[in-house]
Amino acid sequence: MQANRSRFLTIMLTLGLAFFYVPMILLVIYSFNYSKIVPVWGGWSLRWYRELFESAEVWSAVTLSLQIAFVNATFATMLGLLAGLAMVRFGRFRGRTLFGGMIVAPLVMPEVITGLSLLVFFISLNQLTGWPAERGFTTITIAHITFSMAYVAVTIQARLTGMGEDLEEAAADLGARPLKVLTAITIPRLTPALISGWLLAFTLSLDDLVIASFVTGPGSNTLPILIFSRIRTGLRPDINALATIVILVISICVAIAAILMFRQQRAEMRDQKMAEGADE
Amino acid sequence: MRKLNDNWRLITVAIPFAWLLIFFLAPFFIVAKISLAELAIASPPFTQMIEWADSGIMTIRIVFDNFIYIFEDDLYRNTYLNSLKISVTSTLICLLFGYPIAYAIVRSGPVAKPILLFCIILPFWTSFLLRVYAWMGLLADQGTINNILIAIGVIDEPIRMLYTEFAVYIGIVYTYMPFMILPLYANMEKLDGSLNEAAADLGSRPTNTFFKVTLPLTIPGIVAGCLLVFIPATGEYVIPDLLGGGNVQMIGRVLFNEFSRNSDWPVAAAVAIVLLFLLVLPIMVFQYFQGRSSGQG
Repeated sequence: MQANRSRFLTIMLTLGLAFFYVPMILLVIYSFNYSKIVPVWGGWSLRWYRELFESAEVWSAVTLSLQIAFVNATFATMLGLLAGLAMVRFGRFRGRTLFGGMIVAPLVMPEVITGLSLLVFFISLNQLTGWPAERGFTTITIAHITFSMAYVAVTIQARLTGMGEDLEEAAADLGARPLKVLTAITIPRLTPALISGWLLAFTLSLDDLVIASFVTGPGSNTLPILIFSRIRTGLRPDINALATIVILVISICVAIAAILMFRQQRAEMRDQKMAEGADE
Repeated sequence: MRKLNDNWRLITVAIPFAWLLIFFLAPFFIVAKISLAELAIASPPFTQMIEWADSGIMTIRIVFDNFIYIFEDDLYRNTYLNSLKISVTSTLICLLFGYPIAYAIVRSGPVAKPILLFCIILPFWTSFLLRVYAWMGLLADQGTINNILIAIGVIDEPIRMLYTEFAVYIGIVYTYMPFMILPLYANMEKLDGSLNEAAADLGSRPTNTFFKVTLPLTIPGIVAGCLLVFIPATGEYVIPDLLGGGNVQMIGRVLFNEFSRNSDWPVAAAVAIVLLFLLVLPIMVFQYFQGRSSGQG
């Protein structure tokens, strides 16, 4: 479609972007504020960043969160890939409706329900089998994998549907065995979707407060749990500094993911054009 | 792929299927079981559904007290209604603003479009908690908005905005807006522009074309976006807690507190089950639309 926005649409778009970005920009600016009271300007300073880096509590929360996010993203990507393949490439199988429902439901399920149900599940399991002996890293990671794999599966599903089966069928016609088709054709073409799925799972995990609060145990504070406990009582300049770092890291990750996806789209459009040209 | 042998197919389906059955579906049944128990001084703090007496008699106890308690208690009923009111209103506000924003992006040129899309996706990925925190700084009595208004002389006394229902609306609209815009965008992007041209050629005015052609064709996007906002917003915990303080009652917050502070597990479980029943229909509609949009899904 051509660029033909009416004035009304342009105004709405500008207001929308301002609404999205002004609060975040202010958050970043105030992180460089010397004053202890966040909205009162006391001059530029890196004081709160220094305090942040010196806090052992912050470091241990960051470490725990990154570990959980990494393990979660890796497992969620593998499970999401399997789930996506099962949904798009396997036709009908028994329990498919239930399976499809369980993939989509975690996307919208209120976090308090997921968190509560996983906690009572872990406690019941512990009474029955003695495992998990204590809650923390393992229980949070399992909880995160359960909802992140849904996001990965949906990403993979969309990509698989968009890809079509032409190349896979061609490879099979030329005598490639099914496993060979999977590893030589399907997975390589899915790579950008897998990478963005992994990154999505990673950020979702870093971001989660409610589910982690339910399934964590004493002493296992993830970064969001730490942040939440500090801001419940009001504004804190060190949290502004922390937020700035988080926003910076996430922006870089999202930019990389976006460029990867965009490049692939362009490459495919080129391939398609060449294929159409060859037909003529 | 259809020729992939059966063992491989079985493994591919079985692993994620088993994972979801164990860690997603089974936990709901345990919550349902606890909601039918009574509070007890035990660990965990509720009575068992099935008990074996010494004489070999099995007793099954199912207690509906928790549900009766929730339905008869004004606090719970009002909290459910208030949650629905807040989430429905926020969803409509998101739609009202999100729709033109999504449409504006679709109508943008080839260079601007990916950049604008990136600008919408970025907040969606940025920490939810920190975006709520950003509004605490804006809305506080000593916050940025009050400071600016006082500095330019519009008001003398700070307006109370933080810890009000207004703040909760702002928080929900702010954090859930990308969930409205992105499905709308995906839907509009697929629309056939030639339909609009045809309508114009036949003498239809732009406004008329919009209401007769574009709007009906974007209903799947509207439904998906609204449900993506409405369902999680109804059970929201963080926003009413941080921006509403104790002044705005929403069911997610009541559930969380019932569970962590009062340790009344049976009531908390019953609150969760009732919430789930309220949301089961919208969730099924969402699944239906999601299944249709992912082609064979």
